[in-house]
Amino acid sequence: MVAIKVRKIQTSVEEVFHEGGPAVAKPLRQGSVVAVIANPYAGRYVEDILPMMEALKPLGLEMSQRLVAALGVAPGEIEGFGKGAIVGAAGELEHGALWHVPGGYAMRELLGDAKAIVPSTKKVGGPGTRIDIPVTHINASYVRSHFSALEVGVVDAPAADEMAVILVMTTGPRIHARVGGLKASEIKGEDGLR
Amino acid sequence: MTAKIRKLIVQVEETRSEMGKEINPPVRKAAAIAVIENPFAGKYAEDLTALMDIGEELGDLLGRRAVAALGIKPSEAESYGKAAIVGDAGELEHAAAILHPKLGKPLRVAVEKGAALVPSAKKRAGIGAPIDVPLGHKDAAFVRSHFDAMEVRVSDAPRPNEILVAVVVTDSGRPLPRVGGLQVSEIEGKDGLR
Repeated sequence: MVAIKVRKIQTSVEEVFHEGGPAVAKPLRQGSVVAVIANPYAGRYVEDILPMMEALKPLGLEMSQRLVAALGVAPGEIEGFGKGAIVGAAGELEHGALWHVPGGYAMRELLGDAKAIVPSTKKVGGPGTRIDIPVTHINASYVRSHFSALEVGVVDAPAADEMAVILVMTTGPRIHARVGGLKASEIKGEDGLR
Repeated sequence: MTAKIRKLIVQVEETRSEMGKEINPPVRKAAAIAVIENPFAGKYAEDLTALMDIGEELGDLLGRRAVAALGIKPSEAESYGKAAIVGDAGELEHAAAILHPKLGKPLRVAVEKGAALVPSAKKRAGIGAPIDVPLGHKDAAFVRSHFDAMEVRVSDAPRPNEILVAVVVTDSGRPLPRVGGLQVSEIEGKDGLR
């Protein structure tokens, strides 16, 4: 079993009251949690990297719980999610792909049976690299009001032999959403899309 | 004058290891940030009282938010700092009006005591600009282990007519301090310096 070594954890929560339009009754909350971890495969090519995928599950769950706590809401109030990873320079993009399963698992475990795919992005980058994490509705990917993204980064990470793994959650639509499309109230919730 | 807040951001960073050495308990920093409308954007105003009042309000709000995000008692706060970024339709003096006359007093209530000067930084800059918030021990500015900084940035702020105001509170000094100087155990806490 690969041991997951965490150097730091960063949570960031935004409360948005308006963006030039009328103030909303319930401010939008959106937040991210990042864990900066050692990349056990840095510096060489390793064929079998799957052991790390399983090993990341407990960290993912801890990150999910921290993020919901930082947002100050019940898990049932989370409406949007996303995930991503930044792999340090001595690693490989494929190492970032190890986050797909545990990152998704971590949020589904906490949010109940969220039906939609968790949108994601990943890249290789140096310390301070910023990444835009895409966000969509947790039960229906086509809900247009919830299409968004949150920019995330850690000033001193990832170092070359590290990875930053990221989860993002939101509590509602864009603050002044008004471009039509499928509404959250119209979700059928069968296929994760509509 | 009441600050017109567009968004509030709270970010917590928890460092658990450095150069492979465990840090137990972890060191933690919290930044609380408000993005507000600049009532004097685009014009010269002689009297900046309105911004001074906003500073007082934000010293309280952001100080309490940062302490709450760390999950500590006010007395457990160890270092602090403050900063502002004025959007490009404003003036550097607007940042000074928020930060210097009135923000400190309620911040010191939020962290209980605070005999030392609150270190500060300010600049005028565009959307997404980072700022390094300087940090010093709240009761004795010369405590060397607590000389530090936290970089903060909000990806969509400040717009030209906005001001970003940040307060940082920590429950610890640098991760592995070992450059000597005045120690926390030696603080007299009378003059704010030693």
